[in-house]
Amino acid sequence: MFSGFMVNAWLAATMVAIVGGAVGFFVVLRGSAFVAHAVPNGSFAGAAAANLVGVNPIVGLGVFSLGGALGIGLLGRRGRHDVATALTLVFMLGLGALFLSFSIEYAPEIFSLLFGEVLGISSTELAPTAGLALVCLAALVVLYRPLLLSSVLPDTGEARGISPFRTELCFLTIVALATAMTVPVVGTALIFSLMIGPPAAARAFTARPHVAIALSIAIALITVWAAIALSYQTNWPVGFFVGTIGALAYTCGRAWTSIRRRRRNRAPR
Amino acid sequence: MHQVLRAIVEPGFFSSSPVQLAAAVGGVVALVAAAVGLFTVLRGQAFAGEALGDIGAAGGSSAYLIGIAPLWGFVGIAVAAAGVMEMIGIQRARGRDLATGIVLGAGFGLAALFLYLGTTFDNTTGATVTILFGSIFALDRAILPAALVLGALALAIIIACYRPLLLSSVSPDLAAARGVRIRWIGSLYLIALAVAVALSAVTIGAILSTALLIGPAATALQLTSRPGRAIAVAGLTGLGAMWLGLLLAYDSYDWPPLHHGWPVSFFVVTLVLIAYLAARVLAPRGARR
Repeated sequence: MFSGFMVNAWLAATMVAIVGGAVGFFVVLRGSAFVAHAVPNGSFAGAAAANLVGVNPIVGLGVFSLGGALGIGLLGRRGRHDVATALTLVFMLGLGALFLSFSIEYAPEIFSLLFGEVLGISSTELAPTAGLALVCLAALVVLYRPLLLSSVLPDTGEARGISPFRTELCFLTIVALATAMTVPVVGTALIFSLMIGPPAAARAFTARPHVAIALSIAIALITVWAAIALSYQTNWPVGFFVGTIGALAYTCGRAWTSIRRRRRNRAPR
Repeated sequence: MHQVLRAIVEPGFFSSSPVQLAAAVGGVVALVAAAVGLFTVLRGQAFAGEALGDIGAAGGSSAYLIGIAPLWGFVGIAVAAAGVMEMIGIQRARGRDLATGIVLGAGFGLAALFLYLGTTFDNTTGATVTILFGSIFALDRAILPAALVLGALALAIIIACYRPLLLSSVSPDLAAARGVRIRWIGSLYLIALAVAVALSAVTIGAILSTALLIGPAATALQLTSRPGRAIAVAGLTGLGAMWLGLLLAYDSYDWPPLHHGWPVSFFVVTLVLIAYLAARVLAPRGARR
């Protein structure tokens, strides 16, 4: 389980979990679950285009996830954010369908993007993944305070000179970067589960942002490691385990919140 | 004149039986999606609409697995998922998106499992493609009655609770003060949404399902703020995009580069986006949302 090609899978999954858990904290904080679904899913068009032109899929994924993120940001500026996200997503998927219909050979590797091929990562794919992971985390560190402030107290943030629109664009760019890095490794479905389940669970356990981010990364790591181990044992897809464990973590978080609330109500103050 | 018409409408467009069926089913779906979608946009539940289509894909693939018609797998899972979303849903919009996300994540996991089991046991790799992109020109005629019944069901729910639904979508507080049971109305609406989305996802594909649900309704709400008129405008926009998309896809049969037709979903999605952008530019002040 820890030999040969599996080492790459463990390394890649660990990087993805760290980035997913950290970026996911802000996704949950800002209520941007739809964006976290739309950008990775729509970037599939980029992979299809890259397949057609014959360049590295990570380039196509990067270009399309950035384009999609900017489209969502600009369209959502005046108007409903969820409408802008939905329309950008379907347009990108429509483009993907078009590119797929242009390619002569049927491309199963593009469909593997949906659910990922974490067990089939080669050593050459590890270096760009690690590079993008570092860029992502660095961007999060630099933008940590403005992001946090404009997510929790948008008015105070604006009074301090933090433009909500610019912050949103920066945040969308980080999501796009995380997408380009993680989608070839774990697929669009998996990264979405990682960006939602662990951070949502972490937020239920603590309100302090630092602790929540650390906890979110820890839960994401446990989720991914357990998923790979279980998938190795049962031969079932990794995505199934990540999705289920992520939802389970969230359920535990919700249960913990309601137990604590009940106890607090019962205890005389 | 005749030449021009021939260039626009390829010979055989109206007499081809798959095209007639596609236009009929697509029309029904576009109208139902427009009416349901108006409330989706008003309530800010676009993510739920999109997620239900994706989760429905899990149901579709499980239906392939146990050998029932995919439509029933779709409807079953979508309604069940809507129930779970409502159960864990928090009333604030942010919490609702999170609930939708959690259900969608679990749904993706199940879809991965079902697809895996399906491809291992009877090798239906085409299933994923069909579910995601739909194949409107390859519909089975037997689906038309089922589509009509499901469409009517979704519309019936909307019509039956039209006023309380509208009130609780626009102003939940006012509705609650008037004694509307917001939670009940919300659940009923999610069921209507699940039925409508499952119907359109299984006939025209998950991409088009979201496009027709959100696009025409958002376009209409840019142009008018009266709900009745907005539903009419949305219905016309959806129908126009659907039929024009079909026509263009039929025309594209001998377009470059491969001469086997461009996908319908691309045309419809593009038309819907153009309609929305045009409406945003043309929107009268005051009606803007």
